[in-house]
Amino acid sequence: MLKSRLFKGTAMAAVGLSALSLAIGAHAQTLNIVSWGGAYSMSQQKAYNEPWMEKSGDKIVNIDRSGNALAGLRAQSQAGNVTWDLVDMLPADAKIACAEGLIEPIDHDAILADAPDGTPPSEDFVQGSLDECFIPQIVYSNIVAFNTEMFPEDHQPSTIADVFNLEEFPGKRALIRKPINNLEWALVADGVAPADVYDVLSTEEGVQRAFAKLDTIKDQVIWWTEGAQPPQLLADKEVAFASAYNGRMFNAQVSENQPFKIIWDAQVFELDGWVVPTGKLDKVKDYLYFATDTQRLADQAKYISYGPARKSSAPMVSTHAETGIPMKTHMPTYPPNFKTAIPKDNEFWADNNDELTQRFDAWLAQ
Amino acid sequence: MAVPSYATRGERIWHYVFLVLCALIFLFLIGPLIVIIPLSFNAEPYFTFTPAMLHLDPAGYSLRWYQDFFSSSDWLNAIKNSFIVGISATILATVLGTVAALGLSSHHMPARGAIMTLLISPMIVPLIISAAAMFFFFSKINLAQTYAGVILAHTVLGIPFVVITVTATLSSFDTSLIRAAHSLGANPTRTFFKVVLPLVTPGVVSGALFAFITSFDEVVVVLFIAGPEQRTMPIQMWSGIREQISPTILAVATMLVILSILLLTTLELLRRRNERMRGISPG
Amino acid sequence: MSQSAPYPDPAMGAPDDAPTGAGAPSAGLTTADGVPLKKSLRRAVRRSKLKALLLVSPLLAFLVIAFVMPIFDMLWRSVDNPEVSTTLSRTVTALEGWDGQSIPDEPVFAALAADLREGQADRSLGLLASRLNYEKSGMRSAVMGSARRIARVEPPYKAALIDINDAWGELDTWQVIQRESSPYTLSYYLAALDRKYSPSGEIVQVPEYMQVYVNLFWRTLWMSAVITLTTLVLGYPIAFLLANLPLRHSNLLMILVLLPFWTSLLVRTTTWIAILQSQGVLNDMMVALGVIADDARWQMMHNKIGTIIAMTHILLPFMILPLYSVMKTIPPSYMHAARSLGGRPFLSFRRVYFPLTIPGMAAGSILVFILAIGYYITPALVGGQSGIFITNYIAYHMQTSLNWGLAAAIASILLFVVIALYMIFNRLVGVDKVKLG
Repeated sequence: MLKSRLFKGTAMAAVGLSALSLAIGAHAQTLNIVSWGGAYSMSQQKAYNEPWMEKSGDKIVNIDRSGNALAGLRAQSQAGNVTWDLVDMLPADAKIACAEGLIEPIDHDAILADAPDGTPPSEDFVQGSLDECFIPQIVYSNIVAFNTEMFPEDHQPSTIADVFNLEEFPGKRALIRKPINNLEWALVADGVAPADVYDVLSTEEGVQRAFAKLDTIKDQVIWWTEGAQPPQLLADKEVAFASAYNGRMFNAQVSENQPFKIIWDAQVFELDGWVVPTGKLDKVKDYLYFATDTQRLADQAKYISYGPARKSSAPMVSTHAETGIPMKTHMPTYPPNFKTAIPKDNEFWADNNDELTQRFDAWLAQ
Repeated sequence: MAVPSYATRGERIWHYVFLVLCALIFLFLIGPLIVIIPLSFNAEPYFTFTPAMLHLDPAGYSLRWYQDFFSSSDWLNAIKNSFIVGISATILATVLGTVAALGLSSHHMPARGAIMTLLISPMIVPLIISAAAMFFFFSKINLAQTYAGVILAHTVLGIPFVVITVTATLSSFDTSLIRAAHSLGANPTRTFFKVVLPLVTPGVVSGALFAFITSFDEVVVVLFIAGPEQRTMPIQMWSGIREQISPTILAVATMLVILSILLLTTLELLRRRNERMRGISPG
Repeated sequence: MSQSAPYPDPAMGAPDDAPTGAGAPSAGLTTADGVPLKKSLRRAVRRSKLKALLLVSPLLAFLVIAFVMPIFDMLWRSVDNPEVSTTLSRTVTALEGWDGQSIPDEPVFAALAADLREGQADRSLGLLASRLNYEKSGMRSAVMGSARRIARVEPPYKAALIDINDAWGELDTWQVIQRESSPYTLSYYLAALDRKYSPSGEIVQVPEYMQVYVNLFWRTLWMSAVITLTTLVLGYPIAFLLANLPLRHSNLLMILVLLPFWTSLLVRTTTWIAILQSQGVLNDMMVALGVIADDARWQMMHNKIGTIIAMTHILLPFMILPLYSVMKTIPPSYMHAARSLGGRPFLSFRRVYFPLTIPGMAAGSILVFILAIGYYITPALVGGQSGIFITNYIAYHMQTSLNWGLAAAIASILLFVVIALYMIFNRLVGVDKVKLG
């Protein structure tokens, strides 16, 4: 307890110092920050934006456009009028944006804060998470959750195979209207080991097998397109199961007291982070330094159940800001949750998303 | 539509069946708009009537969604944007459209049909196609994500309405009135302000109202070409419906229904005034 | 937007007391100058022609810039194909004269390496990678992965590049590059029609499990037809009632038609969501009345039914208004005459009244149909997967997949359909007869 307080204290002091040094010569400006909206934006607002606005006098405008961020960046850069200053984006989109020169290459060690113990960012961030133009913030996960009231207490689903088991667990399922995640889960439910999923999916037979498995539940599925829909559908009991980002489900569980439970089996996890539109680095540098430091990332975990992307933040993850429940067990990276986790293969999806999406749409239309 | 005295019994029955049928269709037309009004006063965050509401329990009703609306800077900002864009686009469309309509109603207008077809086409081309096309083009000329871009786009969409209403007014306009004014000694300017303008005004105003409501209600084009600064009310509603469906939307919807009732009344009064001025009174 | 006002426009002649004939046509007066009447008349006509054109020209210029040019730009974009020819210019030149039957030789690979090196330096490979990936899955990582490592690659390039990514050793990769090296392409149109080029360059259908768009075009058309039919069936009685009531009553009822017409599209869509969803007003009512069980609620949203109901409601005024204006012109004496000549009521209606309303039905139907096939908002919000229209794919490719060429091609095809229908409408009704309620 004492140790952790001490630890926090030094971290705070360090942040205070750096903020002080930043404040010199800085002038108040407006930052247009693009993110995902909902509970996620709220967690960023509380953990980074509000403290930053207080410190720097900057004004932050939140824009909920991350779902279409790549299109927005392209359009703005084509128009030569980039209005976004910082964008929250998935690594797959960041790769494409980076290749098109839409976003700035980042020298992580030069731009970001060291860990409190002096570890440089290149070693402090989760292994393999730093990409040329990408600054990770969190580890999030795609999971399936269910409404516990829809099943008898003594017979609740627990694995991804149960989601595909209509006989034992009847009811509608809400799944994302994309092939991503669904194909992975279909294969796992069909007996493929989580580690082999992408190998199997790289073959035509594997794709057929996945679609065949999805066929078995197709007429019980409602397809969602916006991240806010699944908790809503589950709360309204329009569906019994819903796939979602784990943070959204967590938020519904604790903040709205919904009787939801997350099936961590075969969670598909990946990172999410910042990218800087070309030409905006100087403007957002100070904010970025602040918002991605160890303390800020740990703070974010008070508001939403996404794992911090810095190793040094992990021990500082404490309790939920409103309810005081310990956050650790709700993190995708919590070992019992992580046993059968699938790391999303962005390389595979970068190559196959166009084709599999069309195939998925054709399958939906059948 | 009274039943004629010579109608047979079967006809009478059919007559009443027909009236019931019409009543049901009217219910279909109006019912949905009526239903949302009480729902917007729901004390609970649901899109349906709660038991408390059905028992007319005052506790089942509240103004919380209206408070939500008026305390949300997002919504207020969206309203402001909607008015900025709507009013600017209306003024542009009305001026351009009225001047063009004056030309179009001339008997000597060459290629009248072709030009009219072109002027009306923004109304016929599906919005999503106009939106995609304008997005591509406006991006190239630095108009995407600007107020100017959104205003120009909405001007385009409003123009057909102004052209149609003003040419319609002008086509029923008796040009001998102008000659009469001339012969009575009025100069062209005086004739325009004293004779032409009063008769054309109702058409211009209703055209402007159409242009305004088109802009005020438009979501597809804004969705494509507006930036975060130009978020209008329909965009706010659209993302609200898609993402976080809340009864605040119903409160907004109720206010918009009331707005459309006001607009409709204005139009109806204009029409009556117009007819009175021409010496025709509604039956 | 109706083809005629919903209220009768009695012949609007001059008020009786207006002095007429006081001024003779001005052309006659100018002959006093000694100019021949004919010439003078012609000059006057020319002058008023010019004046009319001048009045219209600002608007025309505006529309050309803000509307016509964007449309042409979109059409151009649907065939524009700059990625391969500009980014892989050396490779394309080196490929000239390639037989297309075997993997190209070292000079082509050397050119590719040079192109990749340059593209990596100025960050221009992203669009090329996306473009090639549309034609052949896996090309994105072939291009990007090779580019990342190109700095360390040493000749011979053929072996080195194939070693980095197998795709360079596949014949169809090179066939795709050669085919797409022309600055214009029909690939987007082919894709929009579920077709593609086979490796040998023929146009073939994509496999059944990849077919999306043609079905969706047909669905858009038939669902629009169903919506047109339902608006006709619901609109006809209302128009008939309005046209045959005394004006005082019909004016009042007309407001009930115009109110939805004037209400925001999003508002009307929202109301249908509130009514149709499974925890919505209608289902709750049915459960309360005991018509359906609580766990067997009707699924009326996120499917075709939802789209059809909501769009019928939204488009109904567009059917009623033209029908009404036609029916208003049919003198009631026709029906009376038919009856007095001994026609039974239904026979008189069918033989006399109904045929006279056909122009109104045609006008209303085409109008509703044109509007329906272009709808995006309502199908997107209430349509779910089975109720969406082709327009949703335009939005999808514009905003999500970012395949703007394909979006432009789908939009262009839809535009051609709409223009064809518009011309029929124009021929049938005449745009200049369009009036607004």
